[in-house]
Amino acid sequence: MNPRGSLARERRQAYLLVAPAVLVLGGVALYPILAAVWLSLHRFILVFGERRFTGLENYAYLLGDSRFWAALGNTAYFTAVAVTVELLLAVPLALLLQKAFPGRGLLRASVLVPWAIPTVVSARLWAWMFNPEYGVINRLLPGQDINWLGAPGYALHAAILVDVWKTTPFVALLVLAGLQGISEDLYKAARVDGASPWRTFVLITLPLLKPALLLALLFRSLDAFRVFDAIYVLTEGGPANTTETLSIYAYKTLMRSGDFGYGSTLSVATFLCVVLLAAVWLRLLGREEAAR
Amino acid sequence: MKRPGLGTALAVVAFLTFFLGPFCWQVLTSLWPDGELTRPLPSHLTLENYASVLWGRPFLRVVLNSLVVAALTTGFCLTVGAAAAFALAKLEFRGKGLLLSAALAVSMFPPIATVSPLYLILRTVGLRDSLVGLALPYATFALPLTLWVLTSFFRALPDELYRAARVDGCTPFQAFRQVLLPLAAPGLATTAILVFIFAWNEFLYALTFLSTPEKRTVPVAISLFASEYREPWGEIAAASVVATLPLVALTVLFQRRIVSGLTAGAVKE
Repeated sequence: MNPRGSLARERRQAYLLVAPAVLVLGGVALYPILAAVWLSLHRFILVFGERRFTGLENYAYLLGDSRFWAALGNTAYFTAVAVTVELLLAVPLALLLQKAFPGRGLLRASVLVPWAIPTVVSARLWAWMFNPEYGVINRLLPGQDINWLGAPGYALHAAILVDVWKTTPFVALLVLAGLQGISEDLYKAARVDGASPWRTFVLITLPLLKPALLLALLFRSLDAFRVFDAIYVLTEGGPANTTETLSIYAYKTLMRSGDFGYGSTLSVATFLCVVLLAAVWLRLLGREEAAR
Repeated sequence: MKRPGLGTALAVVAFLTFFLGPFCWQVLTSLWPDGELTRPLPSHLTLENYASVLWGRPFLRVVLNSLVVAALTTGFCLTVGAAAAFALAKLEFRGKGLLLSAALAVSMFPPIATVSPLYLILRTVGLRDSLVGLALPYATFALPLTLWVLTSFFRALPDELYRAARVDGCTPFQAFRQVLLPLAAPGLATTAILVFIFAWNEFLYALTFLSTPEKRTVPVAISLFASEYREPWGEIAAASVVATLPLVALTVLFQRRIVSGLTAGAVKE
């Protein structure tokens, strides 16, 4: 067997081995995205079987659709607040998980409980705690009962709390993996130099943790931006559309109104927002790599 | 191990309360007698919510549906993904980096972006409203996850193993099947657990593509749980506990694996 023939054979077999995965990814992701763009250029009402090409008409309507802009605003607010709070909680949690203390195993296992629970279940569970008359939250809080899920202003924040509860553990695990990559010698040197724990944290831990934090920001913000399950179960976008995110508006347009044309336009718009967000984060990450 | 300081102890208690408290409250609610939900605490505990969920509703059927979909997704993605992950980790070919980045990009797709064409495709091929037809689009999130986690596992196996097998006369495919795949068993198990949990929890596709009540999966059934007069909180809680306990058990048992799998692709690359 000559080495050149063997190499060519290896390459051929490599292509055969990855081919099924490439086909599946093409079939469930690439083709549907292109098809969604194509659908978005049509007026297409499913139940009437009405379908005709209208070019960019849907997009022109989108630009003037105040409900779209409101949904975009809700989604952006949800993403920004949820991800910020998650990071602020995840860093101390990760520092705690890294420490050696009795019961650390229990804490590590129990933070995974919210992560493992289906989002729908977690939304139902919180909905019961948020219940205005009999929910445990209003019973524990002093003062007047609050209609958490029924009052504009409160509902979106209630949804953010559910998201924070559910996904902070995942962020903490990412941060923890970053912490474990920091050399123990640096901390020893800092101790020898008499640095306080706070200064050590600000001057050593945080800068070295930056790549892990940026990565967590990237993953979580893209994930939060597509939020559907939690809000759909908690409020279905209400009250008065104040919790309606892009995914929920698109879902309602597609499946409740059966409008596959404009619904696809909303889907494509959501997709483009996620791509834009990813591009911004990747640029920041790239700059971070270049600086090192 | 030294004794924890007061600050550490307080922080641990605070985090434990926040993360476990709501779930414990749900367990308590599931044992709460139906007529007493208006009271701050129950006078006694009962299993009647479990009885009415399991025997009064088609909930066991729903659990079975979820098992079928999650198992189909896991089997399909592991079969397709393991071969590709091996090639990505051990073989030389063009487009490697592109494939891995494409997989990562796909896993970040908002599912709503592909829901309308997938609905039309599944309808055309007659797989809408079927559990098999639901497992296929689940590859959108499950296959990228499989590729990333398994590729990092295959990379961790020494290259010498692969080269030795080749010198002994194995084709690359035989080296994969007979030498590296058995050694990657822990990686396969980790991936299977992760994919199973993600498929079990998926909601948007299941809500969109399934219309017959008998075919609903657990998240869809729980989201639509209702009775005529008021929200059946006790029954919802009981159903939630039934649907969640296996996952919680799985997570606690395989905690280390799940953590390493979840962070494998993300941090080492």
